[in-house]
Amino acid sequence: MDVLLLSRLQFAFTIAFHYLYPPLSIGLGVLLVIIEGFWLITRKPLYHQMARFWTKVFALTFAIGVATGIVMEFEFGTNWATYSRYVGDVFGSALAAEGIFAFFLESGFLAVLLFGWDKVGPKLHFFATCMVAFGAHFSAIWIVVANSWMQTPAGFHIVGQGLSARAEITDFWAMVFNPSSMDRLSHTLMGAWQAGAWLVVSVGAFYLLKRRHREFALASIKLGLIVALVSSVASLATGHRSAQGVAVNQPAKLAAFEGLWKTGPQAPLHLFGWVDASHEVTHGPEIPGLLSWLAHGDASAPVQGLRDTPPADRPPVNFSFQLFHLMVAVGTLLIVLAGWAFYLCKRGRLEHARRTLWLLTFAVLGPQIANQAGWWAAEVGRQPWIVYGLLRTSHALSKVVTAHQVAASMIMFLAVYSLLFAVFVFLLNDKIQHGPDDADLVDPYEKIGQSLAGVKGGAA
Amino acid sequence: MSAEPVLATIWFALVGVLFTGYVILDGFDLGVGVLHLAAAKSDGDRRIFLNAIGPVWDGNEVWLVTGGGALFAAFPAVYATVFSGFYLAFMALLCALIFRAVAIEFRSKHPSARWRRFWDGSFAGGSLFSALLIGIAMGNVAWGVPVGADGEFSGSFLGLLHPYSLLMGVTTVALFAMHGAIYLVLKTEGGLQRRIRTWVNPLIIAFILCYAILTLATLLYVPHVTEAFRREPWFFALVIPVVLAIANIPREVNRGEEFRAFLSSCAAMAGLMAIFGIGMYPNLLYSNPAPEHSLTALNAASSPHTLRIMLTIAAIGVPIVITYSASIYFIFRGKVRLGRMSY
Repeated sequence: MDVLLLSRLQFAFTIAFHYLYPPLSIGLGVLLVIIEGFWLITRKPLYHQMARFWTKVFALTFAIGVATGIVMEFEFGTNWATYSRYVGDVFGSALAAEGIFAFFLESGFLAVLLFGWDKVGPKLHFFATCMVAFGAHFSAIWIVVANSWMQTPAGFHIVGQGLSARAEITDFWAMVFNPSSMDRLSHTLMGAWQAGAWLVVSVGAFYLLKRRHREFALASIKLGLIVALVSSVASLATGHRSAQGVAVNQPAKLAAFEGLWKTGPQAPLHLFGWVDASHEVTHGPEIPGLLSWLAHGDASAPVQGLRDTPPADRPPVNFSFQLFHLMVAVGTLLIVLAGWAFYLCKRGRLEHARRTLWLLTFAVLGPQIANQAGWWAAEVGRQPWIVYGLLRTSHALSKVVTAHQVAASMIMFLAVYSLLFAVFVFLLNDKIQHGPDDADLVDPYEKIGQSLAGVKGGAA
Repeated sequence: MSAEPVLATIWFALVGVLFTGYVILDGFDLGVGVLHLAAAKSDGDRRIFLNAIGPVWDGNEVWLVTGGGALFAAFPAVYATVFSGFYLAFMALLCALIFRAVAIEFRSKHPSARWRRFWDGSFAGGSLFSALLIGIAMGNVAWGVPVGADGEFSGSFLGLLHPYSLLMGVTTVALFAMHGAIYLVLKTEGGLQRRIRTWVNPLIIAFILCYAILTLATLLYVPHVTEAFRREPWFFALVIPVVLAIANIPREVNRGEEFRAFLSSCAAMAGLMAIFGIGMYPNLLYSNPAPEHSLTALNAASSPHTLRIMLTIAAIGVPIVITYSASIYFIFRGKVRLGRMSY
């Protein structure tokens, strides 16, 4: 195998593995803020118990997210040195901002969130929880901005020619608010909220099925379902906006997502199907005009097909098509499931709806599949470009790195990440089987609260 | 000077400050890892070691991430050449960092002895290996690596493992172990503290020996690093506070002033990094042989516009980071007490 293929495989594998965890941290972070906020207001011991339990799960996902995240920053330089030289002036500043604004915030206040229960007052602890969640969102902002710049470059000019050509910033804010960044950011964050929310729902549903921790389970499901419902509907809206942006900014990508070959009005939408790229046809049931209507709000509006893009500049069509359709299908199912379960929950019937509870238990995989498929679709659909229209992926490699070296590191990552994943599953299962701690059904601040009464309000 | 060299020099210094922050902060928690198997024998002792760094190691490692990000943004050519040139070394470093990071989190999650032995080994091995590789990387940056006319690394992986870089690696391990031991004295009490105290002096001596040999080697074989000191002899004044700071460590430890001992150790490391930075300037990656291909702060910098934007980001961000990092160290001050949420 050649360096290009190995480097792409390695990056795909390491980013896909990494991307299992930050969405969980972001989503769980939001739920932790809500739970601890409720606890501060109501002082119900149940909310305290929930906060402690979900904090432990959060710590687990966060640790692996950090450990696998450093790899990503290194890989830009180790495997994609030409790319790094080309984009450093633009991309590097977003990455540096991420470090200074987001990572320090997360990791610093995480210490208080995890170990600070008996060291600081409840308000300061809540503040720390908010800062961790805020930091997690902030880190998503900068990396999605940087990635969106690769999809829709803006606010830069090219200096130098040939091998020494590189992008330089001309307008920082135009780079940050490039045409796709806000749509993609909102869509990514909603996917992340779903990942966290469905994990909470899933564990709650599992407890109800096993007739354990009833109060804890019901409260977790209720809260999780509200966040899941809001974020899954918002995913639909932000995804729609994002796709409309793709139609304008990256027409070849949209055409690949939908297997559209011929440019024209009344462009059809395939519900599912199979693309035969060698014969330039797409098989499967289609709804005429729907793609035109979705992309441009008008069924008679023309949509650009793949034939308008030279074959050398087309992404892998069938792969993009399947990934995109998988994401949409799973996302849609999650909306239906969230709505149905929420209805049962409101009616007080969810506890006895065992089949639905089983569905909810396995629904934790849904947002992970959709997030992965969506991210893969976005990246595969951008090919053959690493920076859309500017730099080809095949030109972006490190010139001095050999196939043997990448093969060696790839084997290392496969081994290490398999071990990490096995340990993660083992420990998560351990925590879930162990369940929420009854010792947490107390107010840790009762004693401290009395001694702090004199300086009340000073803590926050 | 026009704006450009001034900005590039400021960023040379700022990247240096970020990496200095990294070696001072992660230096002590890597050092704790180096001592983990040797100095802590019982499960209780090892838990105290882990909880001494528990709340802060993660934030400490962010200095590396941010330093790397700043290098990427301010000097993309250096970032690209170093990271791709040192490919296998950095992959090994990643492996070591991953293992020690997750070991800290995983070890306490299961009570079985075999489980804990495995993660103890991962934590200690990962820490030792990380310190060694960071030292070897710095050794190569000082010694110089072969760089082609195209700005690409033109050496080999084994070529990075020469006596000078290995000596720098060993010196770094000794320095981090010393720094970690002093931090542990600060965070422990009773019998454990007495035992760790006995480690401090031998580690100081080990470090001073390594550093003396390293300095001799530098004077004899790495003339470009000592060039700045020949040109501007008053830079030598920096050596005095470093020597005083190191000499002050055993004194403060014996007087029971652990915090002052730790500050002295931090100051000594900051001084060492400053000396390293002055010796290197303006080179970020010295080319050896063919110094004319060196990547410098001036020929490898991003555009002045980007450097200015990043200066704004740093001016807003860094004071905030320092403020809350200091607050967090303050919240977790004092001796380690094991509780229900501890590792």
